[in-house]
Amino acid sequence: MKTPDWKKYLFTFVITGIIFITAFYFNNYFNEKRLLEIKSIQDSISTDILSSETQFSLLSELSCKDLGSSILSQELNHLAEKIEYSEKNIGLDNREVMQLKKFYSLLEIKDYLLMKKVSERCGKKFVFVLYFYADAKSCPDCQKTAYVLTYLREKYPQLRVYSFDYNIDVSAVKTLINVLKVKNELPAIVLDDKVINGFQARDLMEAALKEVYPKETATSTESTTGTKK
Amino acid sequence: MVGIVEYISYISIFASLYFEVFLLISFLENKEVHNDEEFTPGVTVLVPCFNEEKTVQGTLESLLQLDYPKEKVNIIVINDGSTDNTREILKAYENNPQIQIHDKVNGGKYTALNLGISLATTDFIGCLDADSFVDKDALRLIMKRFQNENTMAVTPSMIVDKPNNILREMQKAEYHFGNFTRKSLSILGAIHITPGPFSFFRKEVFQKIGLYRHAHNTEDMEMAMRMQKNGMVIENEPKAHVFTVGPDTVKKLYRQRVRWVSGFLGNMIDYREMLFNKKYGNLGIVVLPFAVFGLVAALTLIAITAYNTLINIWTEFAKLYIVGLGDFSIGSFDWFYINTSAITMLSFLLLSLTIFSVFFGQKLATGKWKLSISPLYFVFLYSFLLPFWLLKAVYNNAVRKDASWR
Repeated sequence: MKTPDWKKYLFTFVITGIIFITAFYFNNYFNEKRLLEIKSIQDSISTDILSSETQFSLLSELSCKDLGSSILSQELNHLAEKIEYSEKNIGLDNREVMQLKKFYSLLEIKDYLLMKKVSERCGKKFVFVLYFYADAKSCPDCQKTAYVLTYLREKYPQLRVYSFDYNIDVSAVKTLINVLKVKNELPAIVLDDKVINGFQARDLMEAALKEVYPKETATSTESTTGTKK
Repeated sequence: MVGIVEYISYISIFASLYFEVFLLISFLENKEVHNDEEFTPGVTVLVPCFNEEKTVQGTLESLLQLDYPKEKVNIIVINDGSTDNTREILKAYENNPQIQIHDKVNGGKYTALNLGISLATTDFIGCLDADSFVDKDALRLIMKRFQNENTMAVTPSMIVDKPNNILREMQKAEYHFGNFTRKSLSILGAIHITPGPFSFFRKEVFQKIGLYRHAHNTEDMEMAMRMQKNGMVIENEPKAHVFTVGPDTVKKLYRQRVRWVSGFLGNMIDYREMLFNKKYGNLGIVVLPFAVFGLVAALTLIAITAYNTLINIWTEFAKLYIVGLGDFSIGSFDWFYINTSAITMLSFLLLSLTIFSVFFGQKLATGKWKLSISPLYFVFLYSFLLPFWLLKAVYNNAVRKDASWR
């Protein structure tokens, strides 16, 4: 039997501690890299906003056929997914994640307004869905609704889904909620200016959608934005 | 709730990692020097048998072929009330001058061993389970270790014989891991099991501390614990190979492991005064506490992993139920979505160290670095099976019920 080797116990503790600290360091390092990537997408989207606004200003001088089918960058979809992932894995208490989420909401409103104008002026038959959600604790059915909307936007290319956190501290979102008179009974969906509260099964949603969906359907899936929970 | 689960995970991983690092450091800093001269005193090998008709012949043949002076190897076979054809097979060895055969009423392995010890006349006594076989030079290598007068027992390396299914492949890696662990524990003076297959003792061990006990059907562990308690040195000879037949079905493996873990817990309760007791050196301060905590940590980590897996399955199921089968497409690779949380990286490191230790154990026992899939079976399949026998063993101890042999 060998006597206790306290030095070795301490040495092992230090080694194990270093391994732990290294793991946390790498975790932070990769999270920072993620946020940098999101920021880079943010920069790209800033350019898109500017471009959208410029296009919007020029719209009267442009012929509708010159207008891109996807005015908003496809990267918005990726941004939505990445923000959702960051929310889950880095946490909303991270200031940068929260900022990105707010920015994303603003961008969605911008795109919604622009696309409505485009739709009216150029006769493009888009169907707009505004989806208001909250976290799983206060809205257990929101995740199910997100599944249905993701399914629908993949199936119906002219459907544009804009998702908003009902409780996000962005005055533009609050204004949108007030204008549309969306009650805090979530999930809430605004389809063709009508507010539908509570979870709607796939078949019900699809039936409601078919009533307003244009008869001629495109095959492109570009004109959709990400669907958050 | 999530916070608590996360903290428990970190504590479990830290403890498991600490112990693996501790074993690796001990293993790598090994400075043991051994006398390599031949040492061939008279030895007695005890072979307790209970219904071993399929394997006992192989066991005896391997003993008869040992590279050791024949006149110095006495084999005592104790037929512990076998009800199968074991006795008939033993008849063929009745006239062999090296072999004595004794029949007794079934009383359990420890009673068979004690009868054998009482009949042994040599200074060194070993045991070989009748489902195991030895390499020719195993005994010679083991006896060399007894040239150190302080060495009271020597354990071998155990290898799974002919792993012919996934379960046995899994055990093969497990036994290699066991060989690595045993070597590290030997360096630390903390071996607490003298396995039934081919562990050898000086006869004075039994004279000083007594014979085998029932010990919750794990007499090999109890004997080692008692030796440690009495300050006796137990060594390991990794090059002495013993091949054992691993259980080939989940049911048999489950029963064996329930017995082992129940016995471990029972002995830990009996020898609890050794836990955290510096009088017992590395064994008392680190090895036994971590062995006990390791069971708790394993159960905790497996429970958390199972919970997360179930949540994921449930989520996918819910999605399927709500929207039906969609288009299955494999998204393009994006590093962004690789899970780089500290807990994932640490778990991955822990698994990697375990696999690494399996290869160390294999190199130690066979002298070869050989890549195989068995460590993966060990890491993944074992993790799936482990909770079943751990929970049953904990239950057995809670209601004070001994696990049966078969």
